[in-house]
Amino acid sequence: MSLLGDVLAGLAVPLLIPVVVALYYGESLAPFLVTIAVTLALGAACRRLAGADGTLGPREAFLAVSLVWLLVAVVGAIPFVVAGVGTVAHPVNALFESMSGLTTTGATVLVDFDVHSRSVLMWRQVIQWLGGLGILVLATAVLSELGVGGAQLMETESQTRDVDKLTPKISETAQLIWGLYLGLTLLAALTYLVLGLTVDPQMGPYNAVAHAFTSVATAGFSPEPQSVGAFHPIVQWAVVPFMVVGSTSFVLLYLALTGEPMRLFRNEEFHFYLGVIGALSALVAVSITLDPSTTLGAEATLRHAVFTVVSIVTTTGYASIDYVQWAPAAKHMLFAGMFVGGMVGSTTCSIKSLRWLVALKTFRRDLYTAIHPDAVRPVRIAGEPVDERTIRDIYAYLLVSIVFVFALTVVIVVDAERAGSRVSEFEAMGAAATTFLNIGPAFGDAGPYGTFATFPMTTRGVMIVLMWIGRIEIVPVLVLFTKAFWTS
Amino acid sequence: MDVVIVGAGEVGTSIAASLAADHEVVVIDVDADRAEQLKYELDVLTVAGDGTTADVQTTAAVGDADMLIACTDDDRTNLVTCGTAKTLGDAFTIARVKSTEYLRTWEAAERAFGVDFMVCTDLQAAENIVRVIGLPSAIDVDPFANGLVQMAEFEIADESPVAGQTVAEADRFESLTFVGIFRDDEMVLPRGDTVICAADRAVVIGSPESVHLFATDVAPEATPDRADEIVIVGGSEIGYQTARLLEEREFRPRLIERDGDRARSLAEDLPNTIVMEHDATDTEFLAREHVDEADIVVTALSSDEKNLLVSVLAKRMGVERVIAVVDSPDYVTVFEEIGIDIAINPRTVTAEEITRFTYESIAENIAVLENDRAEVLELELTEGCGLVGQPVADLVESIDVRFVIGAITRGGELVTPRGDTVLRPGDHVVLLVDTAGVSEIASLA
Repeated sequence: MSLLGDVLAGLAVPLLIPVVVALYYGESLAPFLVTIAVTLALGAACRRLAGADGTLGPREAFLAVSLVWLLVAVVGAIPFVVAGVGTVAHPVNALFESMSGLTTTGATVLVDFDVHSRSVLMWRQVIQWLGGLGILVLATAVLSELGVGGAQLMETESQTRDVDKLTPKISETAQLIWGLYLGLTLLAALTYLVLGLTVDPQMGPYNAVAHAFTSVATAGFSPEPQSVGAFHPIVQWAVVPFMVVGSTSFVLLYLALTGEPMRLFRNEEFHFYLGVIGALSALVAVSITLDPSTTLGAEATLRHAVFTVVSIVTTTGYASIDYVQWAPAAKHMLFAGMFVGGMVGSTTCSIKSLRWLVALKTFRRDLYTAIHPDAVRPVRIAGEPVDERTIRDIYAYLLVSIVFVFALTVVIVVDAERAGSRVSEFEAMGAAATTFLNIGPAFGDAGPYGTFATFPMTTRGVMIVLMWIGRIEIVPVLVLFTKAFWTS
Repeated sequence: MDVVIVGAGEVGTSIAASLAADHEVVVIDVDADRAEQLKYELDVLTVAGDGTTADVQTTAAVGDADMLIACTDDDRTNLVTCGTAKTLGDAFTIARVKSTEYLRTWEAAERAFGVDFMVCTDLQAAENIVRVIGLPSAIDVDPFANGLVQMAEFEIADESPVAGQTVAEADRFESLTFVGIFRDDEMVLPRGDTVICAADRAVVIGSPESVHLFATDVAPEATPDRADEIVIVGGSEIGYQTARLLEEREFRPRLIERDGDRARSLAEDLPNTIVMEHDATDTEFLAREHVDEADIVVTALSSDEKNLLVSVLAKRMGVERVIAVVDSPDYVTVFEEIGIDIAINPRTVTAEEITRFTYESIAENIAVLENDRAEVLELELTEGCGLVGQPVADLVESIDVRFVIGAITRGGELVTPRGDTVLRPGDHVVLLVDTAGVSEIASLA
């Protein structure tokens, strides 16, 4: 509880960013000042309640992680409600927007961007950046201690051993990684700023900062209704590497930057991940070219194919074009790409490459043992054997993720019918995957230039919960609903 | 040289027997009866008592000894013994260990445990097995001169193309020398016109390539290549080390281990070995996994009886070569009589290695052949020693010892000895010598 109090009180600091923006543009300060007051009060209350805090066991850690994500989302929704403009003035929509931001999803319920003040739009970006930071903390410091989620895989990667050599304590490693996150964000902001001054005046300081917040976080909100499509092609190309970097393991990045650049290219997961991006981009590019209804130049075809695939696979959710207009072949490939995700130990969401890699290798191993039932063959990632328990957890995670997506699909279709609207199965599946796997845009009305406001209120409520569950790797939230958690 | 041997088991006794003739040997053993028995058997001084204690070591005059060999069956006893010896004097300490962990520790830290030289039984045995696998028709293989020279002993089978040829006919290779032929219980020093008969055991010395080529001549169908199927039965330390060394030589062996946890940990440590978890005495399993089609089967189970059973099974299924690890030296002949191709005894291997090392002051390297009927020595020649300055043919005439020079290395290059080759100071000479003449030859170098 005291941890929760610290986080809530600490939230007052990033809230100062939109305050600065509001002061600069002469906009209303009320939404943020109210929120600062609320978060400080809540933080103080939590600390008071906590009293003399005991040690943080696994049980408390699960609860704390789940509650931090939930309460920060709630507090993050306050500015939208207080500002009281547009669709997000409604509390459920405000919470949807805030949760979508904090979970680095990037799905939006905004309809008309122009009615919102610049400071409120900036707050969306700030929440996403915090979400990216939060997930790095979770991945590097918390989940590995609890032995859940992808974090245990980082240990099998023989990377943490070397990190341990650099810094003996996990908390110190975590600090290095946050420093890297901050540095990359600054680099992104500078790059965008320079491009803004040279090729595209649309990318002013405001947009540069706003997009820097959400590219390395692989989050995907943009203050522009056209997302990154509003900018010059060169800017669009420039965003791609930052999305890729944000979805690369930060531990690996750290090692690559501190003198072992070749490490990056020896990493098996990185190979696999780049391979998936490359292959999918090529397929999408071919299918756009073959589609008679879309007429784009060669550069534009390649750019939109690469940008869209990278945006979806890294779970960012930016758009350079309204790909909803593309042929079904390309759209279905993008749908498949939603399930991939970036690398373990990054800001990315979804299932993640390493899990697929382990699952594929395990399957290949199982085919071998079908012929040689007595063979003992450990699955190896980069030469290191993967624990059988970890493999079981990965299979379970894959299955549970897919079950969740299908369950949510059913909810979306049924709920739409109840509310008297119709949504196609594909659009429903896309919307389900994009929210649960924290990607952002989907297809149909929920496309990159569309809005989730068209879904019924109940559907949006369910989506809020599933974004929350999906982001913190399912287990921490679900254990709260087990009897064993509450009984000793 | 004053040598103290702690532990009068098979290894200790064997070493004591090799050294007793030329050195002052004292043997320490906890068992008073055993010590007493050895006193008469080998005519050495014995002390009964715990060899780890300073008290007993003082009685055995370890403080003044040149060398202490700790070769009991217990690793820790051996390490402590060496540690104690270092407090009493500056004897060169040799420890026998079973665990490769101790070996790794010792290798990582100079003079750890007060041990100057460590011999790891299981690793030695595994290295021996791998050497024998490398030359399938050889019954013994040893490297000399940092691997530049190899000594190998071959048994000539009835159907071997070499059987019936003269030495001159068989020796078609530039850098190979026939140094000895064992026929029945006799040692024959080969001449050009000596005829090689079936059932002879021929010892050759030369470059590894020429030895390999000769092996192909001796047994053309058994030439090893990377595609050969090697099955190791038993995930003991020896089994594991054998698999590891084979992996290093780019083989992809299979290893059968019964215990699930052990199999898993072996599979994790051996990426290029296919580990199977099953009881190797189950014939149905062996047939299902086509073990009968294996080229080589190595049995490295923990008990001799099981090794015997699996070896016989493998032989009956039609496996070409079966190499068995035999813990008890008494069984070695039993195994070989039953038809197991090679029986390797870790203790004998260890004793050989330690004995070889004690010769270091005189000989660089040593291999013992045919139950110590002959030895292969590597000698480094010094300025003015009795072997330099004369052609090899004259040396053989003038020295009254049965010996053959097999190879010479000069400045890191192999020189094939001929009758007119003149030895020079600094040369490394690898020669085969009748055991009775070892000390005389060694004294000349």
